[in-house]
Amino acid sequence: MWSPRRDRGHGMTRYILTRILAFIPVLLAVITITFFLVRVAPGGPFDSERAVTETTKKMLEEAYNLDAPLYVQYWDYLSGVVQGDLGPSFRKPSRTVREWIELRIPVSLELGAYAIVVALFLGLGAGILAATKPNSLRDYAPMSLAMVGICVPNFVLGPLLVLVFSLWLGWLPVSGWQDPVDKILPSLTLGAMYSAYIARLTRGGMLEVLSQDFIRTARAKGLSEGAIVVKHALRGGVQPVVAYLGPAAAGMLTGSFVVETIFQIPGLGREFVESAFNRDYTMIIGTVLVYASLVMVLNLVADIVHAWLDPRVRRRA
Amino acid sequence: MSEAIALQEYEKGTSLWADAWHRLQKNRLAVISAAGILCIVCFAVIGPWFTAYDYDQQDTALGASAPSAAHWLGTDPLGRDLLTRVMYGGRVSLLVGLCATTVSLLIGVLYGAISGFIGGRVDHFLMRVVDVLYALPFTIFVIILMVFFGRNFILLFFAIGAVEWLTMARIVRSQVLSLREKEFVEATTVLGLPHHHVILRHIIPNALGPIIVYATLTIPQVMLLEAFLSFLGLGVQPPMSSWGILIKEGVETMEEYPWLLLFPSITLTGTLFALNFLGDGLRDALDPRVSKD
Repeated sequence: MWSPRRDRGHGMTRYILTRILAFIPVLLAVITITFFLVRVAPGGPFDSERAVTETTKKMLEEAYNLDAPLYVQYWDYLSGVVQGDLGPSFRKPSRTVREWIELRIPVSLELGAYAIVVALFLGLGAGILAATKPNSLRDYAPMSLAMVGICVPNFVLGPLLVLVFSLWLGWLPVSGWQDPVDKILPSLTLGAMYSAYIARLTRGGMLEVLSQDFIRTARAKGLSEGAIVVKHALRGGVQPVVAYLGPAAAGMLTGSFVVETIFQIPGLGREFVESAFNRDYTMIIGTVLVYASLVMVLNLVADIVHAWLDPRVRRRA
Repeated sequence: MSEAIALQEYEKGTSLWADAWHRLQKNRLAVISAAGILCIVCFAVIGPWFTAYDYDQQDTALGASAPSAAHWLGTDPLGRDLLTRVMYGGRVSLLVGLCATTVSLLIGVLYGAISGFIGGRVDHFLMRVVDVLYALPFTIFVIILMVFFGRNFILLFFAIGAVEWLTMARIVRSQVLSLREKEFVEATTVLGLPHHHVILRHIIPNALGPIIVYATLTIPQVMLLEAFLSFLGLGVQPPMSSWGILIKEGVETMEEYPWLLLFPSITLTGTLFALNFLGDGLRDALDPRVSKD
């Protein structure tokens, strides 16, 4: 389970610092690609408004410095980013891009956190259930369900859940993000697919650990099956899950576009999709920048947790 | 003489493929899935010739209607026959799946093969590039691309294909790295064959097993991405139909006409299901060493 990259005798701190330093070129690449992608493309933020006349458009572009040469704008934008300034929003001028992001991000993080909890709870439960009695009904039933969970896309699952639990049964609200009951269906929709993957990974990991000698010793010692699973097997068995959490969290960010759109949640995902449709240049780059940073930080955290849980990785780090 | 024939057969590699075919046939789920996929392909490709309607043929007097003898899956609010639209949508979805996978296959296989074959610093550099690209939020770039450059069909293939080639490149590279050390590749060096010849004629054919397996598993991923984009309104444009668009339209009217959501959802999910099972089956058959994740 250890990765050879860490097997060079660096200290953990040094490893983390190296990883954080590696963020810089990636973020620079993200900014550059996004900046030129949206600027080279036809159409601009002031094109779709019919009320805007040619002169007003000129004035607007002048006010936002959109008429300067592209490389000047690029440089201006970069120096702004370094100082934490993501520029004004062209289409929603009441706040700056940074203020919009600060407003939206807690909602998305909350949704993501619930989804992770759902995914871990269902996934670990189903995986342990299946691994403790392999090739029985207790194994096949949760694992078939997991296969279904992997194949049903979230934009199908979400509407179906709404159809059944909100429209037909009337138990839960259709959309919104106010009360605790509002948050059940979105979290379930976003977490379902990952719980399915986690169930499969847990089952595999647990089966491998449960077949090892120290488990046989624990059994010989007369420990109950429950104590063996919880105290001894789980720590090793969830290693693949921990390694998967980074990519899963990254995937959830993309999933949040759909879930936030379906359930009308005022989060960052919906903000991004909206800004892309509106061609709100600064807002697009700002949200993409935040997403890229989140993905990298989450991957790093997952790797650190992995090392912390697995003594083989830790000793080498 | 018989020895020569046996050797020839060995060189052709028939035994490996026959073996894999035998193993695949024993996997009942994979066989059922393959049959299901065949049915869906026929349904989408041949089906439209047998329906009495066109995918954009409206019947506003009829409006939305529940499944009936005239319209087996019902009609949407514009009176368009849902069965016909699911068939045409299937053509689009399957076409995107095939074409985008081909694009990702070409890029990934060539990139991985070159990286693994040349090795050394070039390999290190090329793989670092893949690492960096992995860290980029690609779905976001695809969304931006589709918004700004129009919802172009061809662009959709390339945009999706360009996202999905990274894992393929890694798989091919690791295959090539191990193949490179084999005697028959050393022999090509002795014979003085040019690099592109060695890569295209000797390395890639020997890495074909994992490539086929991963390509099969890429198709459902690609179809999912297309449906996702169409759902956001960024894929294929109305009145054209794809499964993603049908689901999007179904969601808008699901309270009154739930069948408009249910049937396209079932078709898409069933297809993804079958493709995933077939991919898993092929992996077990062709490449028993590779583990599931």
